[in-house]
Amino acid sequence: MEPIFLVVIICYMLSTIGYLSYLFLQKDYLQKTGFYLLAAGFLCHTAEIGYQFIQSGHFPVNNLHETLSLAGWTMAGVFLLFQDRFGLKILGVYAAPLITFAMVIAARLPDVPKETGNLLKSMWLVTHVVAIFIGEAALALACGAGIMYLIQEHAIKSKHRGFFFRRLPSLELLDSTGYACIVTGFTMLTFGLITGLIYAKSVWGRFWSWDPKEVWSGITWLLYAALLHQRLTIGWRGRRAAVMAIIGFAVILFTFLGVNFFLKGHHGEFTRM
Amino acid sequence: MLDIVLLGLNHKTAPVELRECLAISKDETSIALKAFQELPSVREVMLFSTCNRVEVLMVVQDKTKAVDAVKIFLSGLKHLPVSGFEKALYTHEGDDAVRHVFRVAASLDSMVLGEPQILGQIKEAYQMATTMKTSGVLLNKLLHRTFFTAKRIRTETGIGDNAVSVSYAAIELGKKIFGTLEGKKVLLIGAGEMAELAVEHLIRNRARSIVVANRTFETGVELAETFNGQAIRFDEIENALQHVDIIISSTGSPDYVVTRNHVKGIARRRYNRPLFFIDIAVPRDIDPEINRLSNSYVYDIDDLQGIVDENLKDRNNEAITGERIVDEAVVSFRNWYESLEVTPTIVELRKKVEGIAKGELEKTLHAIKHLSPDDIEAINRMTEAMVKKILHDPTMLLKSSGRHENKSVYLDVTRKLFKLDE
Repeated sequence: MEPIFLVVIICYMLSTIGYLSYLFLQKDYLQKTGFYLLAAGFLCHTAEIGYQFIQSGHFPVNNLHETLSLAGWTMAGVFLLFQDRFGLKILGVYAAPLITFAMVIAARLPDVPKETGNLLKSMWLVTHVVAIFIGEAALALACGAGIMYLIQEHAIKSKHRGFFFRRLPSLELLDSTGYACIVTGFTMLTFGLITGLIYAKSVWGRFWSWDPKEVWSGITWLLYAALLHQRLTIGWRGRRAAVMAIIGFAVILFTFLGVNFFLKGHHGEFTRM
Repeated sequence: MLDIVLLGLNHKTAPVELRECLAISKDETSIALKAFQELPSVREVMLFSTCNRVEVLMVVQDKTKAVDAVKIFLSGLKHLPVSGFEKALYTHEGDDAVRHVFRVAASLDSMVLGEPQILGQIKEAYQMATTMKTSGVLLNKLLHRTFFTAKRIRTETGIGDNAVSVSYAAIELGKKIFGTLEGKKVLLIGAGEMAELAVEHLIRNRARSIVVANRTFETGVELAETFNGQAIRFDEIENALQHVDIIISSTGSPDYVVTRNHVKGIARRRYNRPLFFIDIAVPRDIDPEINRLSNSYVYDIDDLQGIVDENLKDRNNEAITGERIVDEAVVSFRNWYESLEVTPTIVELRKKVEGIAKGELEKTLHAIKHLSPDDIEAINRMTEAMVKKILHDPTMLLKSSGRHENKSVYLDVTRKLFKLDE
C-alpha cells in the first residue's frame, strides 16, 4: 500500500472519531474537526486517484481495490458537498464511518494491475462510471438520512425520547435532505445508465445485453423512479420515503457487489479480487 | 476593610403573601437607593426585587448598623413592622454574599431552575444603581463577574436547555417535527388558559394563521380576534384539518373531537404533510390512534407533562456543574478582593518599579565599559534614590487612604495604572 493511501485512511478514521465524539459530546468543534479531516482526506484521496490515473493511463476501476477506493472517494466528495449545502451535521456520523469502512476493505484487498486493453480509456466509460458512482454515493447518503428519520420518528411517536431525540435534527430537515439526495442520486444514476448504454452500443454493438448488472441497475432505477413519482403525485414522504431509501440502497449494494460475486457478466471484471 | 453584605428574602424563606407586601417597584427602588446612599455605614448599594425575591446588596463599613438601618427603612417604606418580616430575611456576608449573587443570577436559586429572566432583572437593577451612582468599584467588579459567571454557566451547562413548561414542551416538539414553526397554520379547538398560552408561543415563533373553532361560534370569533385569526364553526373542523399543520385542542367534550378516520380521510389531500396534535383536554379530544398514522403525531397533556418532568430532572443534574463554576468564580473574586489590601499593593508596586530600574541599569552598565567601580556605585545609589522618591507620594496616599472612604478606588486604579494584576 502506498503511503498516501495510508494518509487518506488515517484522515478518514480520525474524521470518524471526530463525528462519533460529536454524537456523544455534542460539541460543535468536534463536528467541524471531523468535517475538515474528511476534506483533507478527500484532497489526498483525489491526488492519489489522479496519480493512479496518470501513471497507468486508464481510469482506476481495474479491480475491487480500486473500485471500492473510488466509491469511498465519491462518497466523501458528495458528502462534503451536501454537508456544505444542507448543514445536516449529524449525517457525518453515518457517512464518515461508511467511507472509512469502504477504504479499510479496499486497503485489505490486493491491488493487482491488470491489462484491460483500451476498455477503460474511453471517455464514455469514464463518464458512465463517475456518474453512477456519484449517484450511488448520494443514494447512500439518502439511506443514512432515512435511517436517522426512522430513529427520530420513533423517538417522537413512542414518546420515549432517549439518546437520539436531542441529537438528531427535525424530521422535516431529515426528510428534505433525504429527498434532495435521492433527486441528485437519481439524476446521476439516469445519466450514468444512459452513457453506459451508449458505451455498450459502441463496444458490443447493442445497447442492452441482459447482463445481470444491467438488469439489477434497471431494477434500482425503477425503484427510485417509483419513489420519486409517488412523492411528486401523492406526497409520499416521511416514514415511507425513508424506508424506500433504505431498501433502495440495499438493492444498490447488491447490484454493486452481490451481482459480481453471485452472478456473472461483463461487469465482473472490475470487481475481481 | 469593607464588607460585602447581602440582605434578602426569597420564595424559599417567605410565603407569597409576604413577598407581595415587600415587593419593591421601580420608583420605590430609586427612593430606597437614595435613602441607603445617605446611610453613613453604607458605601455602595443595589437593590433588586422580582416576584420571587427582594434582595439588597451592599458594601458596608459597619455591618450591623447597615443591616438594621435597611430593615427599618423597608419597614417604613412598606408600612410593616420589622418583626413581621424579620424571620424571612437571610443575611450573607463576604464569600457567602458573593456566592449568593452568583447563584441567583445564574438561576441556580430560582423557583424554576434555569429560568432565563432573572439575569435580565439583575442587569436592570444594576443599571439603576449605576445611574443613581450608588455602585462603586466593588459592586461594579462583583456585578461584572456575576454577569460573566451566569453567562458561562448558561453556555457551559445545559441548565437553560429544554422546556420546563407544558406549552414550551409542545413548541420544542413542534420544532423537532417541522424544523421551523414559521408560516405554520394553527387550529385551536375550544379555549382555555394553557391552550391559549400555547397559541401565543406559536405566534411568537412566527406561526402564521390561527383558526379558532368553538362550540359557541361567538366565543370563537372573540378569541380569533385576539390572535388576529379566523373563526370557523365546530362542524368545519374536518375540512380545516386539510389546511392546518398544528392542532391544539382543549374542549370539554366527553368524546373525541377528531377521530382516526377524519385524519385518514384527508391525508392524501394534504399530500401527507405532517400533522401535529396537541391535546390539552381531559377527557381527551384527539383519538390517540391518530398517532399510529404516518406523518401524524399526537401528544396529550400527560405526554407533555412527562417531558417537562424529565427536563427538570436534567436541569437538576446540570445545576451540579453550575455550582462548581460558581465556586470557582467565588474564589477568583476573593483573590481580586484581597488584592485590594493596601500592603500587598504597595509591595507589588515597589517590586515593579524596582524591577524596571534594575533592568535598565544593567542594560546601561553593560554598554558602558569604562566606568570605575566608584562610578557604578554612585549610579546605583542614584537609581535607588529615584525609585524611592518616585514611589514616596503614591505610597503615602495609599497608606492614608486606609482611613479614606475611597480606598478601594485608589487601590484599584493603582493596580490598573501599573498593571499589577498581570
